[in-house]
Amino acid sequence: MTRIFVPADSLALALGADDVARCLSEELTRRRVKATIVRTGSRGMAWLEPLVEIETPGGRVGYGPVKARDVPSLLDAGLLTGNGHALLLGPVNELPWMSRQTRLVFARCGEIDPLDLEEFRRLGGFLGFERARALGPAETIAQVTASGLRGRGGAGFPAGVKWKSAADTQASRKFVVCNADEGDSGTFADRMLMEGDPFLLIEGMAIAGFAIGASKAYVYSRSEYPRANRIFAQALELARRAGVLGERAFAPGCGFDIELRVGAGAYVCGEETALLESLEGKRGMVRAKPPLPVHHGLFGKPTIINNVLTLASVPWILVNGSDAYAAMGHGRSRGAMPIQLSGMLKHTGLFEAPFGMTLSEIINDIGGGSRSGRPIKAVQCGGPLGAYFPPSLFDTIYDYEAFAARDGLIGHGGIVAFDDSADMGEQARFAMEFCAIESCGKCTPCRIGAVRGQEVIDKLRNGERTQENVALLEDLCQTMKLGSLCALGGFAPYPVLSALRHFPEDFRPRSPEKEQVP
Amino acid sequence: MTRTWNPELASREIEALTHLEGALLPVLHRLQEVFGYIPAEAVTLAASALNLSRAEVHGVVSFYHDFRTEAPARLVVRLCQAEACQAAGARAAAAALMGRLKTEFMKVAPDGSVVVEPVYCLGLCAAAPAALIGDRLLAALDGASLCEAVEAAL
Ligand SMILES: Cc1cc2nc3c(=O)[nH]c(=O)nc-3n(C[C@H](O)[C@H](O)[C@H](O)COP(=O)(O)O)c2cc1C
Ligand code: SF4
Ligand code: FES
Repeated sequence: MTRIFVPADSLALALGADDVARCLSEELTRRRVKATIVRTGSRGMAWLEPLVEIETPGGRVGYGPVKARDVPSLLDAGLLTGNGHALLLGPVNELPWMSRQTRLVFARCGEIDPLDLEEFRRLGGFLGFERARALGPAETIAQVTASGLRGRGGAGFPAGVKWKSAADTQASRKFVVCNADEGDSGTFADRMLMEGDPFLLIEGMAIAGFAIGASKAYVYSRSEYPRANRIFAQALELARRAGVLGERAFAPGCGFDIELRVGAGAYVCGEETALLESLEGKRGMVRAKPPLPVHHGLFGKPTIINNVLTLASVPWILVNGSDAYAAMGHGRSRGAMPIQLSGMLKHTGLFEAPFGMTLSEIINDIGGGSRSGRPIKAVQCGGPLGAYFPPSLFDTIYDYEAFAARDGLIGHGGIVAFDDSADMGEQARFAMEFCAIESCGKCTPCRIGAVRGQEVIDKLRNGERTQENVALLEDLCQTMKLGSLCALGGFAPYPVLSALRHFPEDFRPRSPEKEQVP
Repeated sequence: MTRTWNPELASREIEALTHLEGALLPVLHRLQEVFGYIPAEAVTLAASALNLSRAEVHGVVSFYHDFRTEAPARLVVRLCQAEACQAAGARAAAAALMGRLKTEFMKVAPDGSVVVEPVYCLGLCAAAPAALIGDRLLAALDGASLCEAVEAAL
């Protein structure tokens, strides 16, 4: 029977995908046409959502963006055979956005019913886990290390090194914790994966548990992702029923299970030690390190904490070999990164590609440049703690070290583009405001500094003692950088200082007559 | 629909989760799901069930932005105010809604019908600005479509 694919990813739903699916189903019944509607995750082309696909002998053909009211005309035109219509896009895998990618983690996302375990297996699911079992824990970790895979949550720490430390620590219990607290504005890859291919994350976590000798794992997700949480919980249940999780997961008598926990709207709980506190049922206060979580983590036991994308990268590495992964990328940034584009770009969404493109290629070629017609003024990379880059820095190569050399951040892979209607003084103020709202309160430079930072920026924008207040703001940022325990207080200065350096005019009064004599 | 406060029901809900390690967050989420908020009495019940002091539980409730200690408005609108939405006009959309409802962030309407809360990223950044109106996600909003959607939900 013909299959029609309609996404049920949060973003597609927010743009009316359920209405499209309902309308399709009603029209098919009315026309007495037999076809199956399969609900999938998203391919990551947000500007085409809801993207409806149809299976044809020549591959899957797409139409989008589809509104419910388009459904009758689509069927009239011959949707079921992939015929012409104003919304016809052609073969989905041949769209430039798709064909230019290297989809490792997102290979199945948007293509399959996320809760169809058989389909997951048919398309290579669990092969990585089987390979890990054949290799044994030590060789599995050696493969992850040799691949060069670095943490995709923000800090870019080598995953294999972390795993080895935990594996080498003797303890009665060990834990795997998946950080799915994806709080960075402009990032949504974790959400898309949990909604579009949840078994891949389960597989990655099982490999991690097997490698370090853990029998229990947690996923710490966020309350802002109700749909991702619902789908992931269902996937866990299906995996348990299939015996992938549970008492015999690794071998008879050698079990492994995953529990989903949900945060409560605190950005700082994405920081790994605050996350552990939260999992233990406490306030999300950052812990001083050492001890490192690999030695003394959840409930005092050795724990590895990895981002969703880090864990979900591992199955591919094991199936295809660490060399194949390490062969991709640039400098010390190996493999591919699911880049997430948002803001004032023509093409926004998820684009997975090896490290090494320039920012300009990403913004202008992939993102299609400005959507509003007004020039792009700046992009913020790496979430709310990442610097603002003006177009003069768009030659920067997408690579951890190249970004760091320019005070920038790859972070979790988000890139937010602002056109020239943006007020960078206001953005800088927001960086301080966000830090103040989300500070865990443990260190003074972060807790108090972020409040003072807002006041100083307000004064500057009121035209009060410009030189003095610029110096004060720079000094305050320096204190926050040096005196903060974690990257919330330690990195909030980067968006502020970059905005100040590249757009000083936005820190002056908007109307000149308000300027006071220094 | 949320239930009116009922200590027996609350105790049963708590009891069903005490087997979890570090159960406090799941317990608080569950209480808020059932009753719409976490009344002071619930703090006492959770504390004694989990062998914690009331101060500890209160400390956790107050730390997290999600937990409410008072009954919420009938409609909660969570409007994303983070950077990707800002870049696509979230501030203007928020201003339009506030003007229409004659309210401001976190201020419950006098008749208890609606409250608008800021949220920092719903993961819909690629179709910004985004909002969660009740339990309905909306994206690619502007002032007019946001006001229309909120009014339809009122
Ligand atoms: C304030 C703050 C927020 C963070 N938020 C997240 C997050 O949402 N997701 C994440 O994976 N890592 C986040 N991190 C980074 C984690 O502390 C940690 O480095 C990461 O989870 C480790 O996993 P990885 O090595 O796989 O990246 C955050 C760090 C800080 C300081
Ligand atoms: S920098 Fe801020 S968030 Fe981080 S530990 Fe210090 S007070 Fe807490
Ligand atoms: S920044 Fe608004 S949804 Fe992500």
